Order: sequence, then structure tokens, then C-alpha cells
Amino acid sequence: MMTTTASAGNKGTDVRSDCHIAIELMQGGGRVLNLNSKVERIFGHAIRTQIHAILDFYSVDHAKIDVEDSGALPLVIAARMEAVLRKLMRTDKEYLPEMLSQNREETRRDRHRFSRLYLPGNSPKLMLNAGIHYPDGIILDLEDSVAPDKKYEAAFLVRNALRAVDYYGAERMVRINQVPLGLNDIPFVAAHGVNLILVPKVEHPDQIRQVNEKIEEVRKTAGFSNQIWLMPIIESALGVVNAYAIATAAPNVVAMAIGLEDYTADIGARRTNEAWESFYARTTVVNAARAAGIQPIDSVFSDVGDMEALANNVKASKSLGFDGMGCIHPRQIAVIHEHFAPDQAEIEKAKKIVLAFEEATRKGLGVVSLGTKMIDPPVVKRALKTIQLAVGRGKLDANWMEQAQQQA
Amino acid sequence: MKKYDNLVTNALGRVVPEIINGEKHVPFMGVGKYKPEGRKHAPTIASCADYPADGNKLIGSLKEALVKAGLRDGMTISTHHHFRDGDLIANQIFDIAHELGVKNLRWFPSASFSCHKVLIKYLEDGTIHHIEGSMNGPLGKFCSEGKMAGVGILRSHGGRYQSVQDGEVKIDIAVIAAPTADAFGNANGVQGSAACGSLGFALADSQYAEKVIVVTDNLVPFPCIPWQIHGNFVDYTVLVDKVGLPEKIVSGTTQVTKSPDRLLLADLTAQLCEEAGLIYDGFSYQAGAGGTALSIGIYFSEILKRNNWKARFIRAGSNKYPVAMLEEGLVDYILDGQTFDMEGVRSMRDNPNHVGTSPFTSYNYHGKGNFASMIDVVILGATEVDVNFNANVVTHTDGYLLHGIGGWQNCLFGRTVILPIPLFRDRIPVILDEVTTICGPGELIDVIVTERGIAINPRRTDLIDKLKDSKLPIKSIQELKTEAEAICGKPEKARISDEIVAAIKWVDGTIIDVVRKVY
Repeated sequence: MMTTTASAGNKGTDVRSDCHIAIELMQGGGRVLNLNSKVERIFGHAIRTQIHAILDFYSVDHAKIDVEDSGALPLVIAARMEAVLRKLMRTDKEYLPEMLSQNREETRRDRHRFSRLYLPGNSPKLMLNAGIHYPDGIILDLEDSVAPDKKYEAAFLVRNALRAVDYYGAERMVRINQVPLGLNDIPFVAAHGVNLILVPKVEHPDQIRQVNEKIEEVRKTAGFSNQIWLMPIIESALGVVNAYAIATAAPNVVAMAIGLEDYTADIGARRTNEAWESFYARTTVVNAARAAGIQPIDSVFSDVGDMEALANNVKASKSLGFDGMGCIHPRQIAVIHEHFAPDQAEIEKAKKIVLAFEEATRKGLGVVSLGTKMIDPPVVKRALKTIQLAVGRGKLDANWMEQAQQQA
Repeated sequence: MKKYDNLVTNALGRVVPEIINGEKHVPFMGVGKYKPEGRKHAPTIASCADYPADGNKLIGSLKEALVKAGLRDGMTISTHHHFRDGDLIANQIFDIAHELGVKNLRWFPSASFSCHKVLIKYLEDGTIHHIEGSMNGPLGKFCSEGKMAGVGILRSHGGRYQSVQDGEVKIDIAVIAAPTADAFGNANGVQGSAACGSLGFALADSQYAEKVIVVTDNLVPFPCIPWQIHGNFVDYTVLVDKVGLPEKIVSGTTQVTKSPDRLLLADLTAQLCEEAGLIYDGFSYQAGAGGTALSIGIYFSEILKRNNWKARFIRAGSNKYPVAMLEEGLVDYILDGQTFDMEGVRSMRDNPNHVGTSPFTSYNYHGKGNFASMIDVVILGATEVDVNFNANVVTHTDGYLLHGIGGWQNCLFGRTVILPIPLFRDRIPVILDEVTTICGPGELIDVIVTERGIAINPRRTDLIDKLKDSKLPIKSIQELKTEAEAICGKPEKARISDEIVAAIKWVDGTIIDVVRKVY
């Protein structure tokens, strides 16, 4: 016999911007909606109207619906309703919130990925304001931050949040569950504006291929065309050994991250601030990513209260060759950006090299020199990248070259 | 007697009564427009012949003192909130009144806190007729639901002083809870085991009430120095076991915020002030309580340090943060209206540059100026702001009265008034077409800082000009409103009836708006 009652969402005194919905399907008696909302006096009518519209959509005529609302936005209410009804009704019908036009935008494969902010996939409150802190990317997480019995409902919330929350230009990322379980997450995100999928605990290139096959399958049925990038996360000894094969498993792999909590556990070590236990893994991941021409990305730093330790961690990470790292609190973003971006000395040096290069090109000289020193092409290339980063991070005016030439 | 009568439309288009609880009031006429004529209120002339020559005015108990002061039906009784949620005296006064069978009192506190919710039983049984003062939490709810016998009247701290000085509210008995006093009635708030800071809110009451009772648990031989309250105004003194709970002055929002969203508001506000050139060597600012305001203070101190500047004074709400700035030499003076933690109390006691002020020097609008208008940067909160920059600080969008005005209206006269507020709280937009209750006219509010954009009042062309090349997210207030509605949906009109349950006074004693009964 089919279950007739189910629920989704969160309630309680600490819960904000969320709701808890319990539905019991009935044989008769119409709909009985019990709404207990913190915003009853100003949104009670809107909430009731929305709930009835969703019940209409799923053709539910007889049911008891209990809603505990802590100020949830419409996209959250819709996700909770759909999760409950689909638990009860075995339907694949999607009740989709309208997609914001900015959430259709694609991202470039080589964009900055200094910071990516993890957001627990079943906590709407943190998603709504994630974009205002301007991380390079936001990660709606379906993996470790969601309890097993909440994973199903989180997928609906993540899907709606991909469509209807404005992240103010941050790259929209989702961390799916470990393959093969995580393959089930892909239909919830692929057609809904995700820019990049993080694939956790990757140990074999085949896992990346499976993810891509699933994306292509959804692409055919749902009919979408946007590019989806992948970022495998290496979190085990075996993953480290296979890092290069994973990094080159598919052309849409644009970055590779390392996850140190699981990695250190896997090798039987304890994670320390000095991080010598993961030195080999980190340098291996950096080397494999660079060899594959993709971005190496560092693990998160978990002490959200210690900004000085974070700054030191970022400096160490940058010096090893990483291009970015994860963050678990918005306060970490500025520190990460500040220390991954080129510092003033690096910028000044890069400016001199680029100016010398420009002058040599203008004069038709084959050799670039600065003072009495010859400059090799890779040095010029690195200087150009430094300048690009500095401009992108607002540390250098985009017109710096004209200004410098005018001064000269 | 009708609760209120003679409805008229005031200068902001709000319908307000001219008669409240049988007394005549003036509708709001515009900022700076109402100038009353006549003379200030004066209590009865006293004679030393009626007071003990040895200065000993000690009475056996608070009850005895209230009886001697002539406590009877219909009187106006005042108390003060320098102990904030740790006040022990107000509740005792009404217990005594109830015991004596006294009815229809007007309670005139400088503010009420949740510790006063027990007084609801006296509002219900007729001991207290109505409250004129802030009504927070449960008292606000009680009033909003139309359960109070009379209409409540809310005033700012400065407006309270003004109403007493002008004789609009004639206090029959003022009871001043004092951490230290002598038997003559000289008193201060910085000594004794219950030290809580400034007693400034009680100044008007000491000067103008017919009878003044000082209650203390730390009686010192004459003279009690410093004597912020002068015994020459005092009729009776009472010694009790415990006068208040100073640890409760650290109530609510006196910690720096850890919320990343609020820190962002603080950061944006500080950046705006710096870019607009509002911070300079010798500037002054008002640091309110509340996590965001405190964080802004920290950003300000960093800006001062970076430039090797010093602020001339901080208007506080003091706690450990401004005190640290004073001690680090980042500011010359703290002009303190109320004290929010023990560091503030210690500093006020030991540091002559940490000065206890009263609403007379800081806020009274019917004086020969006050220093609120000399403050460069004022940071305030609001529950709602409308597209004309009018702001609400007392009611929520659902219609409930839940906060007092405090010094908020008075501080609007500062040179640049900034409201850092979230664009929405849960699902409730903060920027609306119309606010539920107007507490401050938009012409005095200069900048709204939200996490999604900053709106500058079009009147402040100077600020707009200074920030025209800024990278700060400057938008129009209409854009912010539209953005909030796109996220939250357009709020429905809350169910609010026409019946008036409270009036909101402007700083000059006129009625700027009313609160209506919810249903």
C-alpha cells in the first residue's frame, strides 16, 4: 500500500526563511489547510494561494496540509510542497519557479575561482544572501552538509535556488553526492542553470565519464544547451594516485580540488595547521592539474574565527601553486581574495615586464629586455596573467598602461 | 470620557486626534514649525522650613514614602530605565498602589522592558490607566490589541524631557532608583554595588515633579559625590536591600555582530562615510546599541587609526567599544546618555572625559539648542522605511507596537543620518510604499544602507556628488523597493482597524502619527 503521509522542510525556534510541510492524502473531504506562519498577517493570503495552486497542479483534491512557516520565500515553499507531493505520488512532474534571466548565463572555463562558498543544500536562509558577499562561486551542497534522510527534499530546494535566487554574478556550482548515488542528483541541476558540478571523492576517471553521460542523457530529454563544467574533488590516497587521469578525463573538467578532511583520514593521519601530512597530495594535485591545463583548487579552512590563520593558509596555498580555495563562511571570502590576488610588489614587477614587452613589440624587437636582463616568454606570460588578475580584482586600473605611458 | 477625539490630518497626511485621554495635543506641523508660547512648567515652591535641617529625609519604606507623597487615584507616576531590564522599583510601586487600592494611575517611565510585563495585571485591573512611554514586547502587544484603558503615548528621550519641561505631562511623584545616595537625596549611578551608569533620564523628573523619592541600596554620609541628582529637589529618601540588577543593563543588542550579513552592512556604511569625507580629524558620531552599529564603531576606529586622526566626541550608548577608543586616545570625549555594560560604568566613574549627559543637554528640542544637531554621523535602525525616506521604529509591518523610540527621533537632527538595515527580514520587505507608522520624517533621513544597495536621499545633493564615482552599490530607493518586492512578494495590508491605541509624539510635542488596533 502507498504511504499517505509525508513531510519536508524544517521547523523550530532557530529556523528562519524556511517552512515545514506535512501532507496527508485523503479519500474525501476536500483540502484542509492549516497554516501557522510568522508572516501570516502580511503574506497569509499569498501563501494559501500558492499552496492551492501547487495542489491544483498535482491534482490533489483531498488532503490535510499542515504548514509551519518561518518566513519562507515562495521558491522555498514550492520546493517543500513538491518534495512532499512527489514522495506521496510517484510522479516526475516538476513544479518550477520562474528562472531569473541572469541564472541562464554561462561561465568561462578560465574564470577566477579564488573562492567558492559552500551552502548546505537544505538550508534556504544561507542561500538567499550568499551572493551579497561576492564569492567567485557559490556551491549548493547536496553531499556532506545534508543529512541522509533530507537528501531527497534538498534536491528540490537546490533546483529552485539555482533558478530563482540571484547570486549577483557568482558562478553557480552544485556539489552532487558521490558517484554512483550522485548521478541521481544530476536531473535536478543540469537543466536549471548550474555552471559547474563538483564531483566528490573521485578516484577513477570513469566516474567523471559517468557524470558526463548522465548530463548528456538529461540534455537530450530536457533539451538544454548550456555548458556545464566539472570540478572533481580528490579526497583519497587512490584519488591522488590517479589525479592526472582524472584531470584529463573529459574536456569539460576545468578545475580539480582537494578535500583534506577525508584525505587525511584515508591515509591514517591527523589534519594539522602545518599540513605536512597532506603536502604530497597537495603538490600532486597541483602538478596534475597544471599538467592538464586546469585550475588546482585547495581545500576549505575550517576555523572560521581565525582570520590570521586563514590568511597564512591562503599564502601557503598560493605558494604551492593553487588558484583558489573553498570557504564555509562569508567572512573568509575577502581574506581569500586578498591573498590569492597578486600583491603590490608582484603587480609592479608585472607592469614593468608587460611595458617592456609592449615596447619591444612596438619596436619590432625579437628579444624583450628589462635593464640588462633578458626576459623569457613564459615570464611575460605570467606577468600578463598577474596583470589580468590584478585588474579583475580591482587592484589595478584597467587603463593602467595608457596612464603609465602618459606619465613616461 | 472618550479615549480620543477631534481627528485632524497633520502635515504628513496622517490622521491624528487633538484630544487624547481628555488632554489637548497639537498635530505635527512640519519640522521646526511648531513653536509654543508661554512659560515652562513650574512645580510648587518649596521651603526649607518643611525639610529637616540635618538633611535626613530617610523614610522607613517605599510604601511609606509613596503614602507621604500623597499617592492617590489618577496621579502620574514616573520611573526610569537606567537599569534597563534589571529595574526592580517600578513593579514595586504598582504593587503598593494595588495594595492601597489606588486606581487610574498614569505610568510615565522613560522606557519599559520585558521585566515590566508583570504590570499587565495592573493595566487589566485598573490600577494603571495607561502608559506614556515606550512599550516593548508584551506591553506593546497588550496595547496593540486595544486592551489598555487609555491611549498610550510614546515619546523620544528628548520629547520626554520637553513634555515635562513644557508642562504637557505633570509628574505627581517621581521615584528615582539610585545606586548611591545620601539621606538628603543627592544621588549618582556610578558608585555602589548596583552601579549602572548615568541617571540622566531622571533629571527632568527631579526638576519638575511635585514629589521626588530617591531609593537606594547604598546610603553614604552627606555629601554623595558626584551628585548627578541634586538632593535639593528631593522630598524623601528610602533605603532598600537591592535597588536594581546592574548585570541586566547588558540586555539585548550590546555585542558586536558575528552575522556576515550585518558585518557587510557595517562595512558598507563605514566605506560610505569614508568616501563621502564624513570622517575627519575632530569628527563626531553617535554609536547606538545593536550589533551593526557597534561594528560600524570598530570600522570607524580603524579609519581614524589609519589616518592618524582623533574623533572629538562619541555620543553613546557606551559600552566597552567606545570606552576602548577613549582609552586608546582615538576620541577626546564620550558624551554618554545611557550605559550598556560594566566597562561603560567603570569608565564613567573613573574617567573625567567620559561624561554622563541627560536628555536636556543632548536632546531637548525646546531648549536653546542641543548637541544632537552637532553630531557628524548618526547611525540608526528602523523597522520600515518608505520610498520618501520616512521611517518607522516602533511598529512592525504586521501592525504590532513592539519598540520604543529611545533617542532615535532626536538623533535625526545629526548632520548625516544613516540607516543600515537589511532589505528584507525573513520574507518581510523593509522598504515599502508606505510605512505602518511614521516616527521620523524623510527630510531628516539621509542614507539607507542595505546589503543589496545604498539609497541616498535626493535632498543630499552634496553626498550624491561626492559619491558619483564610487564603486559602492548606489541605487534609488525605488529600485531597492522593487528589488525587495521581487524577492519577497508584495506584502498584503495587515489587518489594522481605525481605532487608535497609541500616539507617537514628535520631538516638539506634536503628534506625528498614531498606532491603531490590530485584529
